[in-house]
Amino acid sequence: MSTVRYGSYTCELKENESVLEGLLRQDVPVAYACKAGSCGSCLLRAVEGDVPPRAQAGLKDSWKTRGYFLACVCVPEGDISAEAVGNDARIAATVNALEAISSDVLRVRLACDSPLDFRPGQYITLLRDNGLARSYSIANLPEDGDIELHVRRIANGRMSGWLHDVASPGTRVQIQGPSGECFYVPGRADQPMLLIGTGTGLAPLYGIVRDALRQGHRGPIDLIHGAVRPSGLYLRDELTALAEAHPNFSYTASVMQADSPENFPGKFEVGPLDGLLDARFPELDGWRGFVCGDPTLVQRLKKKMFLSGMATRDIYSDAFLPSAA
Amino acid sequence: MHNMSSSVNNLFEQLGGANAVEAAVDNFYRKVLKDDRVSGFFETVDMDRQRAKQKAFLTMAFGGPHNYSGKDMREGHAHLLAKGLNDSHVDAIIELLGSTLRDMGVAENLIQQVGAIAESTRNDVLGR
Repeated sequence: MSTVRYGSYTCELKENESVLEGLLRQDVPVAYACKAGSCGSCLLRAVEGDVPPRAQAGLKDSWKTRGYFLACVCVPEGDISAEAVGNDARIAATVNALEAISSDVLRVRLACDSPLDFRPGQYITLLRDNGLARSYSIANLPEDGDIELHVRRIANGRMSGWLHDVASPGTRVQIQGPSGECFYVPGRADQPMLLIGTGTGLAPLYGIVRDALRQGHRGPIDLIHGAVRPSGLYLRDELTALAEAHPNFSYTASVMQADSPENFPGKFEVGPLDGLLDARFPELDGWRGFVCGDPTLVQRLKKKMFLSGMATRDIYSDAFLPSAA
Repeated sequence: MHNMSSSVNNLFEQLGGANAVEAAVDNFYRKVLKDDRVSGFFETVDMDRQRAKQKAFLTMAFGGPHNYSGKDMREGHAHLLAKGLNDSHVDAIIELLGSTLRDMGVAENLIQQVGAIAESTRNDVLGR
């Protein structure tokens, strides 16, 4: 049985219990969100004891060396003494601008106190001073100067509700990251690419498309944005303009249910994304694919792309896991 | 240099080693997912993890280095036995394995050796 020491707290872990679960069981205040080793909110630093490799998977080498680990996926074999991560793992930032870009999506622009080194399509974890943490994809490019996030209002969402209703220009937050492997890798500039996102799954894809075009990608780039209803579509003017400026880029909007189309000018497909793929992209051998958004849909479309001939190494994805809080 | 490796290692080398496994795994996994006889066993599984398992299986069947024990095989398939896994499914997998190798232009005598290695796991897979 392992003992975890964290600050002034001591906790005996149960069989197969993670450090995070053990601490939460004793009401120890510690930040967390996804509980799946993905968002990085529960990052701690081990000062004594051995951390299993799984608890450090995906972390920067410099962080691993200093004993950083993710408490939610850390089931230690022996005793561990841990402490909260220092400010070196986080960057302070200021909310620069907040703008509604659809009925429920807010564009949040953040100015970081020091530059954040990221690839468009990666995600960061946003932390409030009360410890609340949520992950959001970065929707823009490093040279834009700030960090752009698309935040959908979640029913009773503590972070999204706060950003939509309370935060204002000048509000201070902290950023941890970036993380994630879903981004454009230069090379094979003539390879056709298919990008599919639902909801704010558009955010990383918008960054990836602009990044690929900026890096001189020559092959066709097809972006499909799916939403339940037309009101869930956003960035339509920007994407239409981007398609007009770049002959190899094309943008398709698709909804499950079309309600009062007169309120939503512009073209969109109606029906499930699977059908759209069958009709327009039946053969994907040699393509590169990106899928972001709802986890069930990401899983299903990845499989669909693979069965249509795409190689697994060419499929990039980011499933937006709901927070476990 | 005198080659001291066993015939099993020779099989792995003749097939092209780890590169051959990497070249085969997508094709094999795609065949499995498209085959109604066995696809049901793979439906709810995370693709990346499933591909890693397929790769480990192919490495073993190709005569390559592996850490599978009979116990692993039994424990790894116990939940599938509960879903009705039987000899016909093992037959189908061995058939798809052969078909994958034929697509790659591998000689029949080597395909038979791969089939024999896969066959040797049958009783453990089926918990017998």
